[in-house]
Amino acid sequence: MTRIQHGRTLVRLEETHFEPWSELAAFERAAALDDGKTGAASVFVGTMRDFNAGDDVEQLFLEHYPGMTERELEHIAAEALERWPVNAALIVHRVGLIRPGDPIVLTAAWSAHRGAAFEACRHLIEALKHRAPFWKREDLRDGSQRWVAENTPA
Amino acid sequence: MSITIRYFASLREQVGRGEDILDAGDATTVGEAWKHLHGADMPPRVLAAVNQEYVAGDHVLADGDEVAFFPPVTGG
Repeated sequence: MTRIQHGRTLVRLEETHFEPWSELAAFERAAALDDGKTGAASVFVGTMRDFNAGDDVEQLFLEHYPGMTERELEHIAAEALERWPVNAALIVHRVGLIRPGDPIVLTAAWSAHRGAAFEACRHLIEALKHRAPFWKREDLRDGSQRWVAENTPA
Repeated sequence: MSITIRYFASLREQVGRGEDILDAGDATTVGEAWKHLHGADMPPRVLAAVNQEYVAGDHVLADGDEVAFFPPVTGG
């Protein structure tokens, strides 16, 4: 587990199951987001499906590039704070073996108003999908294995 | 004088190994490093990073650099 915290951004990789809603509560406490300045929180949670491209998927292996992954996620969180009036940003991402129904990714942004919170949260997940060096390998129910070639557009 | 080359995910499986070591005299750019090792131009879908930051194929290499080649990313 890698944990990188800079003021009000936190980026973390999890090697085992994590609970998005407890992560959010813990981060809100740690970053003191109950200070009366934060009027909006926007959250995205990505969960593993048991189907992809028409096939039944039994489990997923998430490979990453240790070091570069954390660095890229930190860039992305910092960008959110630069581009929008955001008070805090959080990114948590699973690596390793994942089963259907397990959370894969959590992104969240806090702001005074909903517009910035929504846009910043969307930036966190979209930039992550385009730039963070993660790769998914699927084990299909028929026993075969394949690398996911690219992410779905939205 | 050496440069470490790393491969990830499906590209590592296609190349058949996770790492190469290149003498810095063999290549001055990332694209030339690929060409020297694989005998062809870097495929357009292959992404490259030097010292864990994305770069283009014309990025100039320095001694001790860590170069990574990998396929399109699929996290999230």
